[in-house]
Amino acid sequence: MKLSDFFVPEAVIPELKATDRNGVIRELTASLAAAVGMDEAQAAAISKAVIARENQGSTGFGKGVAVPHVKHPAVKRIMATLGRSSTGVDFAALDRAPVYIVVLLLSPPDNPDQHLASMENIFRHLQRDNFRRFLRQASTKEEINENIREADELPGG
Amino acid sequence: MSFPADKRIDVRASTCRDGKRRMIRRLFMNETAVPEASRRVTIENSLGLHMRPTMQFVDLANQFRSRVVVRKGKHAVDGKNPMEMMLLEAVRGTELEIQAAGADAEDAVEALAALVKSGFGEQ
Repeated sequence: MKLSDFFVPEAVIPELKATDRNGVIRELTASLAAAVGMDEAQAAAISKAVIARENQGSTGFGKGVAVPHVKHPAVKRIMATLGRSSTGVDFAALDRAPVYIVVLLLSPPDNPDQHLASMENIFRHLQRDNFRRFLRQASTKEEINENIREADELPGG
Repeated sequence: MSFPADKRIDVRASTCRDGKRRMIRRLFMNETAVPEASRRVTIENSLGLHMRPTMQFVDLANQFRSRVVVRKGKHAVDGKNPMEMMLLEAVRGTELEIQAAGADAEDAVEALAALVKSGFGEQ
């Protein structure tokens, strides 16, 4: 599985407007929903579910990244996108540090194996210092998507 | 026909000899004996080792002083690091080996294996 199998490049937000966690989740969900043609009511329901999930435990594992996610019936296929914040967002991360890269992952409820495969893929790349550094330095949607494409082409995917 | 008593392998005695051997190595060869333990487990909950169970696992692992390593085949990750744990992609049916090294290694693998067997409170 590659990032490009489930990443929606059009939905990438190079500079998030929101500066708080819930705002960032709403902004990314709306962007993803618009890119795949989901209506606003569905987007609102999904972002509410993502926030509820995040309240149960932070998806900010440190290193300035967070991966808010949810399994939701309105989601028909697995999809993800990415938002970048240059100011940093408080995600109540494990290391208490602000988050600069937010990957939103939405999965249908009936495919837990694919959900785990996507998570593995996201974290494998986010663990690489270079990937995180390039993403933080990227200032346009094109640059971010180029980084994602290049990550997919690395040996071992 | 019964096996002669003196030929039976006494597990306690052999552990005791191992212990002595370790102590001798520690004294004369400057080697520190670190207790090690491991358990094989199978992921049984249908959602697999997704993020919430992973956090439960990592939180529990962090209650022990021992180093914890989780293996899936050749792939080994730090059992106290949630980001690494997510790389296991441990779907239902995945076999994992939980290994610990340290004074409380046995307690650690016992508790962690029990958590996995419990299905993390899921089905």
